[in-house]
Amino acid sequence: MSIPAFGDNLITYLIIAALLFGIGFYGLVHRRTLIGMLIAGELILAGASLNFMAFNRFLAPDPTVGQIFTLFIMGIAAAEAAIALSIIIAVYRNFRTIDVDDIAELNG
Amino acid sequence: MVPLFSAEGLSSLVFLVIVMTTVLGAVIATHSERLIRAVTGLAICFIGVSGLYYYLNSPFVALMEMLIYVGAVCVTIVFAVMLADPKPEIEVGKGSIFTGPLSFALGILLFWGLSSLAGKTAWISTPERINDGSLEEVGKALLTNYSMVFELISLVLLLAIIGALVLARQGRSQTGGES
Repeated sequence: MSIPAFGDNLITYLIIAALLFGIGFYGLVHRRTLIGMLIAGELILAGASLNFMAFNRFLAPDPTVGQIFTLFIMGIAAAEAAIALSIIIAVYRNFRTIDVDDIAELNG
Repeated sequence: MVPLFSAEGLSSLVFLVIVMTTVLGAVIATHSERLIRAVTGLAICFIGVSGLYYYLNSPFVALMEMLIYVGAVCVTIVFAVMLADPKPEIEVGKGSIFTGPLSFALGILLFWGLSSLAGKTAWISTPERINDGSLEEVGKALLTNYSMVFELISLVLLLAIIGALVLARQGRSQTGGES
């Protein structure tokens, strides 16, 4: 019995990152609440940082750059989650809902 | 191809399990009706991504992924679910055409395009590396080459904390809930 060495191949990681990105994009369009859209955005960021780490492991001459970039993506994602959640709580206090179809005051 | 019952074969098998965990978590995060299950799926997906980082020779980033995403971001989203009290999304996918089949087709199209692009491109491998990418080298680069970015992200995090406090506070005072 034999099995391909999946973990040692750049294309495998790129395909997984593309799959995470596609699922995240689908969720971002598909979800009807703000928290669901935030979760899908986190999936997109995870796909992007997985791409950076894969290129860092297989192609980069300096293998610290991708790790540092991924750490900064994590910091930005944490700040984005905190801001987005406080916006969501403020929206909930004003509208009593976080459904994106009901928050339509600017719709005219 | 490596034999299954050797170190490389078993590690390849564990890699497959980790990939399955990641994809399953992502599908749960986008498809469950209740948001609390979606957050759980997000945590499962991030545990899988952390395992992938471990396979990419960076255990420090894997640990940080586990700490920040699973430990902090998911718990924060759980708090938001508790405070905002969303109703279960029974009506998921029953909106316009954008939220239904078209979004699924767009996701499939993005995945197919990106992965076929990754497969077609002839990636040029690097001749040699200037260091081994260990935690010590990451710390050195973070405090020499990238010290400005390091300071700036601490400023961004401070502004995010203050901004989050101000935003949540304003929403409270407008409803007149307290004197």
